[in-house]
Amino acid sequence: MGLEAYKGVFVFAQQVDNVLDGVAFELLGKGKDLAKDLNTDVTAVLIGSGVKGLVDELAEYGADKVIVVDDPELKDYRTEPYAHALASVINEYKPEIMLVGATAIGRDLGPTVSARVATGLTADCTVLEIGDFPINPVAGQEQKHNQLLMTRPAFGGNTIATIACPDNRPQMATVRPGVMQKIAPVKGAKAEVIEYNPGFTPNNRYVEILNVVKAVKNTANIMDAKVLVSGGRGVGSKENFKMLEELAEVLGGTVSCSRAAVENGWLPVDLQVGQTGKTVRPQIYFAIGISGAIQHVSGMEDSDLIIAINKDEAAPIFDVADYGLVGDLNKIVPALTKALKAEMEA
Amino acid sequence: MKIVVCVKQVPDTKGGVKFNPDGTLNRAAMLTIMNPDDKAGLEAALRLKDQYGAEVTVLTMGLPKADEVLREALAMGADKGILVTDRVLGGADTWATSTTLAGAIRNLEYDLVITGRQAIDGDTAQVGPQIAEHLGLPVISYAQDIKVEGDSVVVQRQYEDRYHELKVKMPCLITALSELNEPRYMTPGGIFDAYDKEVTVWGRADLKDVDDANLGLKGSPTKIAKASDKVPKGAGEMLAGDSPEELVNALVGKFKEKHII
Repeated sequence: MGLEAYKGVFVFAQQVDNVLDGVAFELLGKGKDLAKDLNTDVTAVLIGSGVKGLVDELAEYGADKVIVVDDPELKDYRTEPYAHALASVINEYKPEIMLVGATAIGRDLGPTVSARVATGLTADCTVLEIGDFPINPVAGQEQKHNQLLMTRPAFGGNTIATIACPDNRPQMATVRPGVMQKIAPVKGAKAEVIEYNPGFTPNNRYVEILNVVKAVKNTANIMDAKVLVSGGRGVGSKENFKMLEELAEVLGGTVSCSRAAVENGWLPVDLQVGQTGKTVRPQIYFAIGISGAIQHVSGMEDSDLIIAINKDEAAPIFDVADYGLVGDLNKIVPALTKALKAEMEA
Repeated sequence: MKIVVCVKQVPDTKGGVKFNPDGTLNRAAMLTIMNPDDKAGLEAALRLKDQYGAEVTVLTMGLPKADEVLREALAMGADKGILVTDRVLGGADTWATSTTLAGAIRNLEYDLVITGRQAIDGDTAQVGPQIAEHLGLPVISYAQDIKVEGDSVVVQRQYEDRYHELKVKMPCLITALSELNEPRYMTPGGIFDAYDKEVTVWGRADLKDVDDANLGLKGSPTKIAKASDKVPKGAGEMLAGDSPEELVNALVGKFKEKHII
């Protein structure tokens, strides 16, 4: 296989109900950096039904080209037609790098496609850069340049591994939503549009969608919140989250939680921060009654300012907190709400 | 109905993480468990067995020590255990792991293959869908509910803001979420029986239709360039105060200092 035939940085532009997912813009932002280092361009791969109208938005966020695969079979996400579409695009256009958001869709599509095109896939990357492999020259081994070095947490976030895919193309990665930066959209930017349809013939791998049940939740997206007031097991009950809501309200923030709070049925899973929840980077993160297990910390440690409130002074959350308050959250949180309210009104 | 459940033995992250003096993970000093998502997958298989009658085979790839998770699965009610172990299979990435497991599964009869969504050590969530790809099976990942209707399965497939109710004819592969169910305990009698049962041990030679070029460290497209401990962020400042009010005042003072309010 001639690896040099593979050129360009491709990103999968995930859309659901013909609305682009934020991670598509984040991947374009990162893709632009990588493309600059490789002296190439960024192509968005847009797959769906009736999605051509989304092309300009992708251009505004940095796509130089958009490959559109538009077919009625692609209306709702299903592994088979989507994997067929993306794998066909890869085989036809031979990208050097293929990035996919590590969403519930991307983490299904990525491995299926990587197995189909027989290449490596690194999961849930948090850092992507162009560099050499091996990083330092090793006697007797060719050092390859301009490789995609994919860094990701593993083992619940306890270790960091940097991974390369030197002998297969494309170099594929799924990327954690919320980690890469989107660019400021350039109004009126245009991309070259390429329509490509590999044809869709249903087979035994096409599943039948009996029902689409949208969760009727009117919750703010915690990944976009500037202030998060997050509660864990220590909050003690669903009712006690009211205190956290009041604090969030004063600061114009949103309530989020740890996995323990979800498991206790206090808050829905879409408010969960951490390894199996969402990665967040607000300006202020309150960790209230959260012990700070690595699985939680890995989802919030890049917040600009972390404030931990916990009765246990040995709680690991204090290792990542900028300010720590040891005491009874049932007293501290209402007092803080009151004091901040007074300050705001003053 | 015949069900194959793939399980992995993983270090227990809840038991604390131990490091070697050189900073690498000391896996030998950590407790091992059956991966939680896999256990949910096994429980789902056992419930299908309770309901419809099924033969449940558990399959794992690992060191000889991974026999332990097969015994646990047998004690929970699985019928057969297969351990795939061979030095040439070591150091595998998800491509080589899924190639290996697919090679083992090709020897078996199955209507349903169940894996966990992801293992808590690698956290990739890739092996299930990749096995399906190698075997040419439809895959339904992130299953939160599994029912059998005739020759089909009906599965609730979870997304961030919705779920899809999907129907597909067997054979197919399903990846299970730990939220799917509460796995049953082993019974004392089950534990005794589990140690009387025979676990089949397979090596490289027993894998069907796989190429050496796709196995183990050598057959892994991804290579580790560097691995290190996560550098913990430096601890911040513990605020002083004997009462909640004093603590709060100290924090509000910091907020003012930083012009947050």
